[in-house]
Amino acid sequence: MTPIRRLAATLRDPRLAGSFGARQWNALIAVARAERLIGALAVRLEGRGLPVEVEAVLADARRSSEQERRAALWEADCCRRALKDYHGKAVLLKGTAYVAANMDAGAGRSIGDLDILVAEKDLDEVEKALLAAGWEWVKEDAYDDQYYRRWMHELPPLIHRERDRMIDVHHTILPRTARPSPDPAAMLASAIALQPDAQQKGVRLAKFSSWHGLHVLSPADMVCHAIAHLFADGEMEGGLRNLWDIDRMLREFAGSANFWDALAVRARRHQLLSHVRRALRLSERIYGTPVDEKLRGHNSRMDNLFEARLMARDGWGRQTRPLLRLAFTIRGHAMRMPPAMLARHLWTKWRRS
Amino acid sequence: MMHELRIRVGPAAFRIGSAWRAPVAALERLYAAYPTPSYCDYTVRLEPARPWRRWLRPSVMISGDYMLPDAAPLPLVQGLLAAEMGMNLQMALGWRRHLLLHAGAAEKDGRALVMTGMSGSGKSTMAALLGESGWRFLSDEFALLGLEDGAVHPFPRLVSLKNEGIEALEQRVGHQRLGPRLRGTPKGDIRHLVPSHDAIQRMDEAALPRLILFPRFGEARAIRTVPPSELFMRLTQASTNYVALGEAGFAALTRFCETVPARAIDYRRGEEGLELIDQLWAQFP
Repeated sequence: MTPIRRLAATLRDPRLAGSFGARQWNALIAVARAERLIGALAVRLEGRGLPVEVEAVLADARRSSEQERRAALWEADCCRRALKDYHGKAVLLKGTAYVAANMDAGAGRSIGDLDILVAEKDLDEVEKALLAAGWEWVKEDAYDDQYYRRWMHELPPLIHRERDRMIDVHHTILPRTARPSPDPAAMLASAIALQPDAQQKGVRLAKFSSWHGLHVLSPADMVCHAIAHLFADGEMEGGLRNLWDIDRMLREFAGSANFWDALAVRARRHQLLSHVRRALRLSERIYGTPVDEKLRGHNSRMDNLFEARLMARDGWGRQTRPLLRLAFTIRGHAMRMPPAMLARHLWTKWRRS
Repeated sequence: MMHELRIRVGPAAFRIGSAWRAPVAALERLYAAYPTPSYCDYTVRLEPARPWRRWLRPSVMISGDYMLPDAAPLPLVQGLLAAEMGMNLQMALGWRRHLLLHAGAAEKDGRALVMTGMSGSGKSTMAALLGESGWRFLSDEFALLGLEDGAVHPFPRLVSLKNEGIEALEQRVGHQRLGPRLRGTPKGDIRHLVPSHDAIQRMDEAALPRLILFPRFGEARAIRTVPPSELFMRLTQASTNYVALGEAGFAALTRFCETVPARAIDYRRGEEGLELIDQLWAQFP
């Protein structure tokens, strides 16, 4: 078994870890760090009495992700305070949402930037409120700024001048130029308000002082977003981690009534049905996720290529299979924008670099 | 394809993989007295920046578990420096078991002296000089402050001697303890020094801190008291993982600043520095 396959297998079944030798651990740890899954692995392997050297590495990883969790929640709270006069919904996305909603997908997850979703018509108001609270523009370049505002699904990134943390303000979940065009209004409409000690639609919430005004996506939308993020946005870099998020969510939400039906409805609405089907198949294949058979559909030969792309890393943590990765990079760009526009964009970027 | 070497330095175990044999051979010679761990905390990779750079004007890109996105590659003859930088990077960005201070350290009478300051302030040279004059060398780069015990844990990697520091040590130690002179590196000339046998043998023995100094090389002789508030601010800047450790880092650093006396010292020559250190060491029993 290759080290990256061993990583996926160990996340799926932590009992395997008892049989690894030192060389296998060294490679597994390098791969898990490279895929940003070391925190998730450490949480999965907690309390298994592994070799002391391995336990020390895993304890470090748990400590790091606990600190990242705390910092992410603090950042969300800072954002909440900055938007206290905003009356629309501010929806936490990705890692911050997973820890705020106390989800399994948040356990040991690395969290970088704060991502939020607001209504497109309110972008100006939200932007002004954040600027007034100490966030500043990162992109100085007028072309980049214009490009973001005209074509992207988010404002140009902002960094807080004191805390040095980045916020991405989204108005939808994929670039305007991308082929699938999800329905952000529907996402906002069914977003769930975070309230302490509440239990709503399968989303448990982190105990935290005040969540007033902050929301998370509904379970089906959350899964759709994670899947859009995995396939349609970018080059599938770090895909194994994104797929792990999806596995955790599917397992957690599967218990609530009508989840699979709701997922099918939302997937169609956001034009992500084929992506959702494929994600279910890959998650089942790689992490053994129990999925709805009707929705998952039949295996396709392309699935093998996706799986190979997700597993393109060796035991030193290096990326492998450069041609396959290049193919996915081109695919990622082709999905993000039409060819003529891509050519124009790359030409402008190249002339300026 | 990868040449592999595993080294343990103090509490940290490294797995170094290199596309070339030469850097590994150089490391094997200099790290011969160090333990070889089976399990490793970190992977460091020395790879060609582009595939053809393995043979054509070979240049080493430093990468590993933790990386800097825009690190410049080094020529292959500086492979030893690349390995050192790769190991430092893993510690600076990854280590969570101690509060990491960018500092040199040495031990005498069972207690530790910590020296911190800007790059080029002379702390590396001073730690190496102390290691050759009756002190036990603990580290020239990272002082590892215990989060629970408050002790300074040794990290006695090879000393990275720079410029004037090279001559100062060449006069005192034999050639078998020195690496090749690396000319024209981004940090000037560099020569690696193997710490004394005793420093390597006792790399797992921690010592409680007794004094912290801010040495400054090349200035007229002077001693100045550094108040705890200033010490705290300067050490938050000298630590690479203070923020990442959160509350544990704050607690460890606060305790250190409240209990360890701090002085800034200026000196013109190494001998003068050693004199000042002996004088201050006697003042704080």
